Amino acid sequence: MKISMFHLMPHRELPADFEKRYESVWVTPPWGELADARRVGQYYNWTIDELLFAARSGFDGVCTNEHHQNAYGFMPSPNIMGAVLAKATNGSRVAIVQMGATLPTSNPPIRVAEEYAMLDCISGGRLVAGLPLGSPMDVNFCYGITPMEHRERYREAFALTLKAWQAREIFAWNGKYTQLANVNLWPRPIQQPHPPVWVPGSGSISTFDFAVDNNVCYCFLSYSGAKAAKSMMDGYWHVVTDKGKDTNPYRAGFLQLVVVGETDAQAEEKYAKHVEYFYHKCLHWPVQYLSPPGNQDYRSLVAAVAKPLRRAEDPKTLRYRDFVEKGYVIAGSPATVRDRLKEEVIKGLNVGNLMVLLQIGSMPHELTLENIDLFARKVLPELRGEWNQEGWVNHWWPEGLRDAPAPRPSAGTVASRA
Amino acid sequence: MRTEQTISVWQNRVRMRVLSAGQGPALVYCHGPWGLNWDPFLTELAKSFTVYAPEHPGTSPGVPDDIYHLDGLWDLVLCYDELLTALKLEEVALVGHSFGGMVACELAAAVPRRVRRLTLIDPIGFWRDAEPVVNWTMLSPTDMPAYILRDPTGEAAQRMFGPTEPPEAAAAARVRLMWAMGATSKFIWPIPDKGLKKRIHRVSAPTLLIWGKEDRLVPLVYADEFTRRIPGSRLQTVDGAGHAPQVEQPERVARMVREFIGA
Repeated sequence: MKISMFHLMPHRELPADFEKRYESVWVTPPWGELADARRVGQYYNWTIDELLFAARSGFDGVCTNEHHQNAYGFMPSPNIMGAVLAKATNGSRVAIVQMGATLPTSNPPIRVAEEYAMLDCISGGRLVAGLPLGSPMDVNFCYGITPMEHRERYREAFALTLKAWQAREIFAWNGKYTQLANVNLWPRPIQQPHPPVWVPGSGSISTFDFAVDNNVCYCFLSYSGAKAAKSMMDGYWHVVTDKGKDTNPYRAGFLQLVVVGETDAQAEEKYAKHVEYFYHKCLHWPVQYLSPPGNQDYRSLVAAVAKPLRRAEDPKTLRYRDFVEKGYVIAGSPATVRDRLKEEVIKGLNVGNLMVLLQIGSMPHELTLENIDLFARKVLPELRGEWNQEGWVNHWWPEGLRDAPAPRPSAGTVASRA
Repeated sequence: MRTEQTISVWQNRVRMRVLSAGQGPALVYCHGPWGLNWDPFLTELAKSFTVYAPEHPGTSPGVPDDIYHLDGLWDLVLCYDELLTALKLEEVALVGHSFGGMVACELAAAVPRRVRRLTLIDPIGFWRDAEPVVNWTMLSPTDMPAYILRDPTGEAAQRMFGPTEPPEAAAAARVRLMWAMGATSKFIWPIPDKGLKKRIHRVSAPTLLIWGKEDRLVPLVYADEFTRRIPGSRLQTVDGAGHAPQVEQPERVARMVREFIGA
């Protein structure tokens, strides 16, 4: 099992009536009214400190990602964050998981291949190369990429990236969207033939096919929890087996929101308002922003209209206990969190690469450190051994950081260690 | 009596269905971003003209992926040129609405000899920072009709956006609308100013601009961009109409077109 801490770098102090006063947290929120650059500088520093604390506390990896023009998570360049993390964790066995730089908005897209190679060099071969398609808000509405060309651009850039890392000779790339006469990457990554590739998705069938055909780790970055993801992930595993691949759980990544207290009641007391802030404010955007016309291919459009994928319930009407009960958030004492993660996510979805979001919405710095600390001390050690007994190899993790599967301690040993 | 035919262009990779009806001189109608509907406006025109209404590539039934064979506006304009050749129409009266107005104007600039008279109804194609064209793909499906029509709940809205009941028919209408918006936005994303200002001087056909006075999507000030660049062109406004005056006032707008073209 590999467990990484994920960070969105959200605005932590939006006004109480934000979702009533503004139409969207993404694309159009007015910076001047809502943010202050010095304060935001503090957020970035807290974010880095929180991820480094997780790295020191025993997490296997630290994750950052790219978004634009929003208050929900604003690391426009995850590689700037990744560079700081890579340097500061040198000498450790923590993976730098970039989830990641967005290919369709990088021009030319070999820029991502270059920066990832830099990160791999700086970190001594600890990079996990996330290659996301990018959200329609970021790619179409903020960065001006034509919705109908979004996926095609991505696929071309993906192929170029993999070739640029591996080609021994200089080559010419005569693509539809990118033409380069002399591709000759400096630097190249340490990891050979290339760093492990993760592709985040949101459940579309065409991405399942793409992930399996390219033999990458498919990551579902969900805010609705494992219960809501079950049928979607089952769909992914069907594609995996249909295409004749093994059901190695490390083929799958999953993001889960987690808050840990000493007891279930204490978790509620400490974290309830931050969880509600996240779902009520940070995910506040008009539903049509998620799928501008042409972004989905025709087959997916027909399927989506016939049977809407989006959850029917409106999270704005839910409160903390609903989010916990429905599994959007896994919350409570270390034992509760451990059991639910194991049952619902790890075994329920067959996931080997778990990402946990431990800084949620308005959660302040000190409380975030507390959440990371409790998780690292009381939950993580009990989950780390999952999948060892089955003998799966995590081909989607930096080779130098893969531990040989060790015999799993008996349940009694685990309990006494807690 | 209305007929339809499907014309293959672009090395047979793009199949365009063309609806036609009527008698008289040839009139080609280019529809807007919400897809083609044979509505009372076209029926009215068909009393005086042989109306040909092609569907934008990718929006004809059964061929959604044809749109992927066109990479830019130049490809699209050449497709229309090929379509007219295939229809054996050397010279036509060209009418375009909204996005279709931009396409018609581009075609008239690219191949001036093909266009006898040009009528543009609330066309796009220009950009003013002070009066931005609304990006209709950012509007919610429930808000959108009010940006396009003065009466967003009436019969005209039903004609333009399709039925809301029963669920199967509503779903089919939704797919059709979304795909039409996607296949057209490909040529104008993210700002519908793709260089017409560099080419519009080539338009030689007498040109009429028709504009709904209450257009909330492409405000009336944009008429100036066209009239000042096309010598001799003139503007007629339509009271009590928004971005689609021909949908809300078909007879009145058809009369303007008929009087301008001269049947």
